[in-house]
Amino acid sequence: MPVLASFICGLIFGAGLLISGMTDPQKVLGFLDLFGAWDATLAFVMAGAVAVAATGFAIARRRTAPAFSARFVWPDRNDIDASLVGGAVLFGIGWGLAGICPGPALVNLAGLSLPIVVFVIAMLAGMIGNGLWRGRAAAPRAIETSPLPSRADG
Amino acid sequence: MHNFTPLSGLFGGALIGLAAALLMLLTGRIAGVTGIAGGLLQPDTSDRGWRIAFIFGLIAAPLVAALFGAPLPRPAMNGSLVVIAIAGLLVGFGTRMGNGCTSGHGVCGFARLSGRSIVATFIFMTAAIATVAVTRHVIGG
Repeated sequence: MPVLASFICGLIFGAGLLISGMTDPQKVLGFLDLFGAWDATLAFVMAGAVAVAATGFAIARRRTAPAFSARFVWPDRNDIDASLVGGAVLFGIGWGLAGICPGPALVNLAGLSLPIVVFVIAMLAGMIGNGLWRGRAAAPRAIETSPLPSRADG
Repeated sequence: MHNFTPLSGLFGGALIGLAAALLMLLTGRIAGVTGIAGGLLQPDTSDRGWRIAFIFGLIAAPLVAALFGAPLPRPAMNGSLVVIAIAGLLVGFGTRMGNGCTSGHGVCGFARLSGRSIVATFIFMTAAIATVAVTRHVIGG
């Protein structure tokens, strides 16, 4: 059941990206282009998404467990560290270059156009590359402290 | 302002929020595409099923839409394949390094009022706006 529920959530998420126009990089770049013919649509997408998600999360906070699994896995970090800031800068530059972020990249994969396939392969390589880089950075200290892997925010 | 579509934006956005709400209420997970996809790429991940299912759902969405006559998404992209590959690398590396993207930090993080996510969102928005300003108005202009 959790797998089926997750598939349906992915389907709804993808439909939302398609309907909102956020799978079109030109629309995203139109929002990011503050100094050109600005298209404010992305702000409306965010407002709609945050309002509904916040309502759902508020309901979840009042429950003891999700419907199909043992517990809610809420992100638990509050610190603002160099990885958060540096990662956001690098992501922002890439997002500004292409107008595509991870969700729309995967939705667009269904069309199998060459630029999207190239983008997704490079994106996955970047994700794997970061994992290897993190692993190398953490390795010498792992023996002494072996910290729990920090939970991703998203 | 051209191509401004606030109503389909709000409606599509509400669906994105609904998906994030349902994923939490049903499976207890945050709908962050970076975290979901990135977890699959790590060798020590044990919970692969729901992650693969969510990503299949994302990819299946345009295929379902195609059954109702919508064209498959083949968006026009700016720049050469080299620039697109560099952008992809930056997006992949950066989202993992910063623990999230537009869905995890932007949508879910704001919905949780997470200071970390709000800071990250302002930073990647600013970096993206600066990048577009440079490519369109400094280099391209």
